[in-house]
Amino acid sequence: MIRLEKVTKTFSKGTIDEKTAINGLSLHVRKGDFITVIGSNGAGKTTFLNLISGTFRPDDGVIFIDGSDVTHLPEHKRARYLGRIFQDPLMGTASSMTIEENLAMADLRGSPRGLKWGVTKALREHYRHTLSILELGLETRLKDTVSLLSGGQRQSMTLLMVTLSLPKLLLLDEHTAALDPKTAQKVMDLTKKIVEKNNLTTIMVTHNMQQAIRYGNRMIMLHEGGIQFDIEGEEKSALTVEGVVRRFGAELKDEALLV
Amino acid sequence: MISFGLLRTIPISLEQGLAYGLVALGIVITFRILAFPDLTVDGSFPLGAAVVSRLIMEGVSPIYGIIMAVLCGFLAGCCTGFLNTKLKINSLLAGILMMTMLYSVNLRIMGRSNIQLLTVNTILTPLENLDVNRFIPIITFFFITVFAVKFLTDMFFNTQLGFAMRATGDNEQMIRTLGVNTDHMTILGIGISNAFVALSGALVAQDQGFSDVGMGIGMIVAGLASIIIGEALFGKRTVRRMTLAAIVGSIMYKLIISLGLRLGLAPTDLKMATGVMVILALGIPALKKEKEGKLHLRGV
Repeated sequence: MIRLEKVTKTFSKGTIDEKTAINGLSLHVRKGDFITVIGSNGAGKTTFLNLISGTFRPDDGVIFIDGSDVTHLPEHKRARYLGRIFQDPLMGTASSMTIEENLAMADLRGSPRGLKWGVTKALREHYRHTLSILELGLETRLKDTVSLLSGGQRQSMTLLMVTLSLPKLLLLDEHTAALDPKTAQKVMDLTKKIVEKNNLTTIMVTHNMQQAIRYGNRMIMLHEGGIQFDIEGEEKSALTVEGVVRRFGAELKDEALLV
Repeated sequence: MISFGLLRTIPISLEQGLAYGLVALGIVITFRILAFPDLTVDGSFPLGAAVVSRLIMEGVSPIYGIIMAVLCGFLAGCCTGFLNTKLKINSLLAGILMMTMLYSVNLRIMGRSNIQLLTVNTILTPLENLDVNRFIPIITFFFITVFAVKFLTDMFFNTQLGFAMRATGDNEQMIRTLGVNTDHMTILGIGISNAFVALSGALVAQDQGFSDVGMGIGMIVAGLASIIIGEALFGKRTVRRMTLAAIVGSIMYKLIISLGLRLGLAPTDLKMATGVMVILALGIPALKKEKEGKLHLRGV
């Protein structure tokens, strides 16, 4: 489904600040995988996601999505394959635009946009129905601008926007880290529901070890730009926070990860 | 005495406010919707005037001249967008470069520094020959033109493409991950904006009866002042409100200026007065420590 082969990315090459963020990383993501990714600060988690989504290109290596080479495809052309949710709830939606306008934009992920009306009556009904799944009352606020919503509401809406036109791969970039614990739990429950219902192939980067262990069928740990471990199935479900710390404590200098 | 003078300024302010309202509409697209501080305007306004004047002098019909002026303005705006998005030149500098280069272009087009149009037929000539007070048909003409452009703009920003353009100014990262080429949106938006500005230049030249290479100086600041005044009245919650604010603001601005002149402000001090107006409007919220200033801009 998604294959990374010996991908390398170095920043500020040839300067004193040279930093190899991803170093010869290979990974095969199968259809339906829900992979959680952990790693301390600087391990390359964000670079890893940016390479998959095409924010920048690797110096070396190739990336395949569904058998086609997307290594040199710019970000906006990969959009039809990928859905991405960021840590900052403000990043997933356009705040000066209304709820229905945001949904309509997500509805057209990766397709050409023309001079047809952005929101029609039929679409509005469709969005009203879709929004009611969130149980946040947003279905009655279609014409409110998104700036009026809370962080949790915005993040839930972003999740819903992903499902309007299903991507082949969903990238979650610490998408609950900026929310308060209660809201984070709600958004995580919603994530699980949406991923399972649509059988979405998902990669979730997280700073929260418990989250990484509890969700998904597969877990990888990044360290110094490479994959430190990659476990799945029963071995993964048997994991405990203490177990991981015992085995990899030396690399997990990041305290936040252990909370 | 004074009240009679005041009354007389109203039709003139309406006429000019509407004619320059197209500039304010253009600036709404760049500064407000795309959050792109485009300074091309000071060059594309006289560009529109230059193109239409030269073509009319060459015996071309005014309508065709206006169409060409609009096209030239569109291309000038696209160039600024290209400099910024493809050549990665800072947005302000890209506009300044285009504005400066257009000065030469405008002189080339006109062949001299100004062209006088009083003795030739313009698009307004048939209206001026009507047997009524000149203001009635002229103001009607500008009213219809400006509001037609406003409604087309409102419609455009409610289409799929318009949504993508608004999102480009609001949250570039987000709309890119949804598959929109934001560079193209920026180039197209600045092009449309400058097409409006050039249309304004082309109409103003025919209205005042001449075009001058220096007629665009301070156009940005005047346009911004108009928008700020309009937004104080209508807010900027929706595109429809923003475009209405631009037009009404432009009329109010001309009204304030002509009042100022009547009350003894020297014409030479107009640009200073306009600048101070904008500085106050932008600066006071900052002094009051409001969360954000009035302008949120990309690429600066």
